[in-house]
Amino acid sequence: MNLFFQQIINGLTLGSIYGLVALGLTLVYGILHIPNFAHGALYMVGAFMSYFFMTDLGVHYWVAMAGSAAVVAVLAILCERLVFHPLRNSPPIHDKIAAIGILLFLEAVVQMFWGSDFRRLSSPFTGIMNFDGLIIPEQRLLIIVGAFALVIVLQLFLRKTMIGATIIAMAQSREGAFLVGIDANRVAMMTFAISGVLAAVAASLYAPINLVYPAMGHLVIMKAFVIIILGGMGSIPGAIAGGMIIGFAEAFGGFYISTAYKDIIAFGLLVLILSVRPQGLFAKGAH
Amino acid sequence: MLFKLGSLLMKPGAKMALLAFAIVFPFLAANEYQVYVMASAFVWAIAVYGLNIITGYCGQLNLAHGGFFAIGAYTLGLLTADAGWSFWPAFVAALVITAVLGFFVGIVSLRLKEHYFAIFTLCVGFIIYLLIDKWEELTHGPIGVRDIAAPSGFGLVDFTETTPFYYLVLAFLVFSIWFMGRLSRSLLGRTFIAIRNGDELAQSLGINLMRNKVLAFVLSTTYAGLAGALYAGMVRFIGPEEANINHTFDMITYLLVGGIGTLTGPLLGTVGIVWLTQSLQFLEEYRMIIFGPLLVILVIFFPRGITGQFLTWMHHKAQSLAPGKKQKASKVQTASAREAENNA
Amino acid sequence: MLKVEHLTKMFGGLAAVNDVSVDLEAGKINAIIGPNGAGKSTFFNLISGLHQPTSGRILLDGVDVTRMPCDQVARLGVGRTFQTTNLFEQATVLDNLIVGHRLRTRSGLWDVLINSKRLQREEKAARDKAMEALDFVGLTQVAGQFIADITQEERKRVAFALALATDPKIVLLDEPAAGVNPEETEGFAALMRKMVDNGLTVCLIEHKMDMIMSLADKIMVLDHGEKIAEGTPEEVRNNPVVIEAYLGGDEDAAA
Repeated sequence: MNLFFQQIINGLTLGSIYGLVALGLTLVYGILHIPNFAHGALYMVGAFMSYFFMTDLGVHYWVAMAGSAAVVAVLAILCERLVFHPLRNSPPIHDKIAAIGILLFLEAVVQMFWGSDFRRLSSPFTGIMNFDGLIIPEQRLLIIVGAFALVIVLQLFLRKTMIGATIIAMAQSREGAFLVGIDANRVAMMTFAISGVLAAVAASLYAPINLVYPAMGHLVIMKAFVIIILGGMGSIPGAIAGGMIIGFAEAFGGFYISTAYKDIIAFGLLVLILSVRPQGLFAKGAH
Repeated sequence: MLFKLGSLLMKPGAKMALLAFAIVFPFLAANEYQVYVMASAFVWAIAVYGLNIITGYCGQLNLAHGGFFAIGAYTLGLLTADAGWSFWPAFVAALVITAVLGFFVGIVSLRLKEHYFAIFTLCVGFIIYLLIDKWEELTHGPIGVRDIAAPSGFGLVDFTETTPFYYLVLAFLVFSIWFMGRLSRSLLGRTFIAIRNGDELAQSLGINLMRNKVLAFVLSTTYAGLAGALYAGMVRFIGPEEANINHTFDMITYLLVGGIGTLTGPLLGTVGIVWLTQSLQFLEEYRMIIFGPLLVILVIFFPRGITGQFLTWMHHKAQSLAPGKKQKASKVQTASAREAENNA
Repeated sequence: MLKVEHLTKMFGGLAAVNDVSVDLEAGKINAIIGPNGAGKSTFFNLISGLHQPTSGRILLDGVDVTRMPCDQVARLGVGRTFQTTNLFEQATVLDNLIVGHRLRTRSGLWDVLINSKRLQREEKAARDKAMEALDFVGLTQVAGQFIADITQEERKRVAFALALATDPKIVLLDEPAAGVNPEETEGFAALMRKMVDNGLTVCLIEHKMDMIMSLADKIMVLDHGEKIAEGTPEEVRNNPVVIEAYLGGDEDAAA
């Protein structure tokens, strides 16, 4: 029974991280219709930035996380301005290739500075909480609570602020947004910045219980894609729900079926879903 | 008509020169290693031609291409090293298996539109990698496959030697390009290009999307399987890294630099970049610092690569050289002769 | 020619096309007008087979094509153009058109491999057809130019030629004169008359009222997915329901 609850905690942890990464990916897709293959690289850079701030500059974990979020947000805006904006009228295949170019570049740069070794980010939250036999490491609790808080802040931002409302409006209708005079450039940059922040925070939260290395974004981005296809490309609740589904499937699948193949679960699910429903699970009807 | 004659003199001439160079290359090379590098560049070029069919002509970004390359390599490796087959039957089996797997992946994935297709194939590529890495009973996992058979030369040649193997690869490359050229000029190749221009338009022209896309996909995976099998026969030791997504990214770079959707692009891009990386050793590890931004710059400013840019330039030159209405008719011929190349 | 019975298309809970019945008459210019979002393009997508209707029937010369995939409908003789046509920019006009006749050919992979007689014959036929279509739309002089180098008006004519190369019986034209100047508009009107004179049936969606009123033999008016009027230009012009729909509705009424 206790092991079962342990898996729930694991599922929640994984689901929180996946959800945050998928959220950024789905926002960008919803607004700009770009499947940003470089999003996983932003996540990876986020982890390395936190690592850099903590080990080389010696700042506190929270400060490092904030610094990393800021750096990655700027990086994401640069990607939008320098790469995706010039390509906005190109055939869709060009966006994807350009995104791959960014991904390769960021990985190579990080590898140049830090090498391809595995590194560990130490967090101040190393304790273990014991709730009547149910053991929860503090960092995992932090991940769950942190992700939850971030999603609420994002919701408040999107619902209560003017710029948030314009992002939602543009996600619903690009042309419509143009007609009512929304500054599409600003919304695009803002969306990329948010996606960068989400990726950096997710990476910084997850890094202490995982490893930091240049290729760490690969699996995460692929799973994030599975999640947003599962939840409907562009859907915010879909990304969160999809994140949780994949998180739990992996935690339980890894525990009860096979650890070696746990990474295949998400992709197997995707193949299954798209074989049956080419439009994704929760996608609205054709348009 | 006049131009056709001219192009006959010019174009096959260039082709013949290239071929002649490839044939004498082993005698010009400073050492055996250079021959080996060239042979491996040719192997990759064959795979890139495959990618060009589905991505260049048909416009579907297939990110599982490296996975099919690995399947070709592993089929050959496992059949010769573990099952004791000799090279050529295993080679045929590698082609058949990549074609059949391509068919099944194709009928599922090609129903998906653009982004979904790219994401789906990204995941397929990763599943292939995971299976190779984890299914140790079959693939030996991370240890890899050793003692892969070299092609049997039937007592005439020894393909374990670098130079004979080089000519074998060259022969396959020439065949691959020859077929690609014929395909690109044909109605079938035009059908693929129509699909790239847009699903809806192609359908309204009476083109059966699925049948043509699946055909293009199977052709492309067979090319990947061919390259993979040759690769296994050349290096004779393979591991899960052959299925690494980075190989697919490399191939996309070769294709884009050379010219996506052109006939000579895959060859130029692959051979050019392989030699560039070879000669600039420091590039080996950090080459993506240059190639990453290069990809971005290419898709923004030169989406059709070196070859595409050259052909456009040639076309405009021919246009400005053909003044007056009288020559319009021959211009039509000009263009159609050249389009063979261009449409590729 | 093309008979549509009670055609309905639902997207989610909304009816984009609602219970529309109409007869597109052979050898005539049939026009469909209506405010933005009236379901005109959806209607085209339904009859060309790109989308499957929720209910209703479509008969082409008495053959039920309601559930047929788009490519088969095209083979039965329904050609169409789109508001924007993506062409291969770095290839010549002629090259872009050759594939138009593909649906009347049968060569496959094997023919390519052995360069069969059939393939050679069919490729010649497709090329001739493309030239014929180019000639029809009056673009022979740009056959050898890249698509990227021709004018907007010429592009639109190329799109016409592409549809014509499929050997259609009926051609569906989605806003053929959008974005061209009045003089060129007149040229497109003449082209459509020429198509009808050559035995084709034309059906077009258009916003340019003066053009429609002088060109169409018959007009159907759609509003919010429903057919609100049908008749000759004269009848439609004086129909109070139509006037209401246009004045009370969207901003493009005057267009």
